[in-house]
Amino acid sequence: MNTVSLSLTSVRELNEQLRGVSDDGSAPAWRVTDPKGAHAVAAGLTGPVQVQIDGHVGYYCAGMNQHAAITVDGHCGTGVAENMMSGIVRIRGNASQSAGASGHGGMLVIEGNAGPRCGISMKGIDIVVGGKTGHMSGFMAQSGNLVICGDAGNDLGDSIYEAVIYVGGSAASLGADCVEKEMTPKHRSRLQDLLSRAGMEQDLDRFRRFGSARRLYHFHVDHADSY
Amino acid sequence: MCGIVGLFLKNPALRDRLGSHFATMLAGMGERGPDSAGIAVYQDVPNGFQCRVTLFHPDAGFPWQDVAKGLSGELETEVNVVVKGNHALLEADQDVSTVTSRLTDVSPDLRLVGYGKSIAVFKDKGSAGEIATRYGLADMAGTHAIGHTRMATESDVTTAHAHPFIADEDVCLVHNGSLSNHNRLRGWLARRGMRFETDNDTEVAARYFAYRLQQGADLKAAMEAGLHDLDGFFTFAAGTRTGFAVLRDGFSCKPAVLAETGDWVAMASEFRSLADLPGVDDARIWEPEPQVVYDWTLGHSA
Repeated sequence: MNTVSLSLTSVRELNEQLRGVSDDGSAPAWRVTDPKGAHAVAAGLTGPVQVQIDGHVGYYCAGMNQHAAITVDGHCGTGVAENMMSGIVRIRGNASQSAGASGHGGMLVIEGNAGPRCGISMKGIDIVVGGKTGHMSGFMAQSGNLVICGDAGNDLGDSIYEAVIYVGGSAASLGADCVEKEMTPKHRSRLQDLLSRAGMEQDLDRFRRFGSARRLYHFHVDHADSY
Repeated sequence: MCGIVGLFLKNPALRDRLGSHFATMLAGMGERGPDSAGIAVYQDVPNGFQCRVTLFHPDAGFPWQDVAKGLSGELETEVNVVVKGNHALLEADQDVSTVTSRLTDVSPDLRLVGYGKSIAVFKDKGSAGEIATRYGLADMAGTHAIGHTRMATESDVTTAHAHPFIADEDVCLVHNGSLSNHNRLRGWLARRGMRFETDNDTEVAARYFAYRLQQGADLKAAMEAGLHDLDGFFTFAAGTRTGFAVLRDGFSCKPAVLAETGDWVAMASEFRSLADLPGVDDARIWEPEPQVVYDWTLGHSA
């Protein structure tokens, strides 16, 4: 275990170190202390390293992640794991807005609550939120799964494409073109797999599934108000 | 992008260290606003004087002592003067309006930055760290403070356009965001007797809240009314002599973090500004919900 304090080392130096050791095939473990809300901590990692961050981080933590397993033992600011490609990012506290934005793959687990626009424009990432999410979560979500164990804020799944949203609590309101869909055995099985991989135990019977009504895919004058 | 910070002390034992904690918070938001910075600090005025005004003059050698002496002779009362950089605090046991009315003819470049019974306001071009050092923020005592680091988008980079905006006695506002209906609202307020000093959108919001307070609303109700009348993006932090409040618009794209312990409440655009506060590891930390007014009052802190 290598330990780096961000009181003594810059974020740029830290991220270079975290990237530098990822090519030898091993899975080195790192511990980062004193993040104090710093931006871009553990961003742009490309190898299968394990990174534990003790404290709260700022914007874009774990952004663009590939292969790394990153755990934040604290809260995080805007855009955690934005544009993630693979690997797993776990937030033990709460996440601010746009968590997992544009993510292509891998899994983002937020054990607490997520702010507005969680999973905005997601493109294949799986996101599991233990608590609630803010408004416009799953906005224009194209692919992947967004699991919300608590309540979802207003305008859930607005203009959603082919991503799938599971909500264990209630949805304050659904956005344009987002509708509730049948929870088939196939979807129960997929939800169970997502929760298991996230390390969360939940009563599957609570969950409902939401997705695209596909009414906005092609222009139709009757839907002009929804575009 | 701008940075805003606020610190409200619940424990009176911390008041001597308000400025030192607040200087760290302001410096933490320096990257969000490199153009200018400003602070409003609420303090007990020595001698129990009923009026304190903060004045700005661009001339570094401006004869503040002469102004104070002239004012003292005219009002036949003692006038304290404290000079910090291009700002000066004048304190007297008089009505605020009596004092301010005598200052209008002193110099065309003299500008009233703050006024009331307890507020001291310093705002200037430069980085957060420079402003904190220039005005001796770390040595200031007080009950609460509000600050701003500005990256200008709506209007000029001048000291007059820097935040906080003081819109009435001890009423101040800082803002991260931009308002889209400020011109119409400026006219609406002007027709109701509010006067404006700049073309800045935040000044309109400050005057709007001051107007609601003058109409009898408390700080929470004044800000809730703003949800209906102000259109645009905003995270606001507002101060009165005894109150502190935070409000975000419904879209909430402008960031905000609140932290609270038994000793203090702190607000900042980002956690970076809270990271060095005493006891922050045990604080309750949360992101304020959209369209919810969070407010605290001295002596009645939740």
